Amino acid sequence: MKILIERPKKEIEIEFNGKVKDLLIKLDINSEEVIIAKNKEIITLEDDVSNEDEIEILSVVSGG
Amino acid sequence: MKCSKCSNNAVFTNPTLCKEHFIEYFETKVKDTIKQNNMIQKQEKVCVAASGGKDSITTLYLLHKFGYNVEALAVDEGIEGYRDHTLAFLKDFCEEKGIILHIKSYQEEVGKRLDTVVPKGRPACNICGTFRRHLLNKYTQDYDKIATGHNLDDESQAVLMNLLKAQINLFARQGPKTKQIKGFTQKIKPLYLMKEKEIMTYSYIKGFNTPYNECPYAKDSYRAHVRDLLNSIESKNPGTKINLINKYLSIREGFSQDKEIRFCEVCNSPCSSQICKACRLKKQVKAV
Ligand code: SF4
Ligand SMILES: [Zn+2]
Ligand SMILES: [Zn+2]
Repeated sequence: MKILIERPKKEIEIEFNGKVKDLLIKLDINSEEVIIAKNKEIITLEDDVSNEDEIEILSVVSGG
Repeated sequence: MKCSKCSNNAVFTNPTLCKEHFIEYFETKVKDTIKQNNMIQKQEKVCVAASGGKDSITTLYLLHKFGYNVEALAVDEGIEGYRDHTLAFLKDFCEEKGIILHIKSYQEEVGKRLDTVVPKGRPACNICGTFRRHLLNKYTQDYDKIATGHNLDDESQAVLMNLLKAQINLFARQGPKTKQIKGFTQKIKPLYLMKEKEIMTYSYIKGFNTPYNECPYAKDSYRAHVRDLLNSIESKNPGTKINLINKYLSIREGFSQDKEIRFCEVCNSPCSSQICKACRLKKQVKAV
């Protein structure tokens, strides 16, 4: 699965099948601080994602 | 996951709603916050303190959408590679929506850009914030209210910080609407009860595309600790932030605004001493 993280900006590739909330735990990201988009559509913590998906993790914390 | 009100896919949990129902929920809640706190009367002139970030853009967009008489005021601190981007976005946004935008810069007002006064990586928020508050108040004297984009996250962090630092006297200054004090334009916070995550979701659905970039100056690291702490408690115990705010609001009336207000001998701004902090800092900055 290809993941684009907005802050700190990076792109990673990992093996993952399961719920978004478990993906965030795996990446050690607090769910309060991000929203997740799949193909430019927002999905929830309870939705499933798989290896074929391209995911964007957007930061909700303001920058200044 | 499905929306709790229809069969479409949800974009948010707690409350679990699809795009359309989330927008409805969000806008209704902001409208109710404005009404319940008696924030704006229809004939009043409101100035939104706008930075071009998602919070102030959402505030501006909604007040305009709700039909209030609203203009925007932005402060250009002069921070290369940061404010330049957000201001460019703000200009386009206001032009598209037909909202009048005023921009005041430190260069014009103080004589220097922030990035020529403070080297990158050094803390700048104290002087930056002092000048910003000073300019916002100075240039909103003809308005009835200043609206800011402060949200539930900002406000619950502030309450917790005041508790941790035992600065209980600051309690009187916070809340969804500041008290009426001579010389100060009254401040309102329409997004007071909205979580940062909700605002981000709303802006994303609305396609605001506010540029994400971070101020290059060293931030208030204490606030960052408090934010991380609150977020980690909230994700395990949802409702922590709003409970903290509700508790605070229930005792807020017991705290009174501290010192007597005086007026600065140099610029006549309201302050607590002979010369206001902005004028004192201005003098130091000129000497740099
Ligand atoms: S983070 Fe600090 S220095 Fe940067 S714009 Fe905000 S107050 Fe100013
Ligand atoms: Zn729905
Ligand atoms: Zn002064």
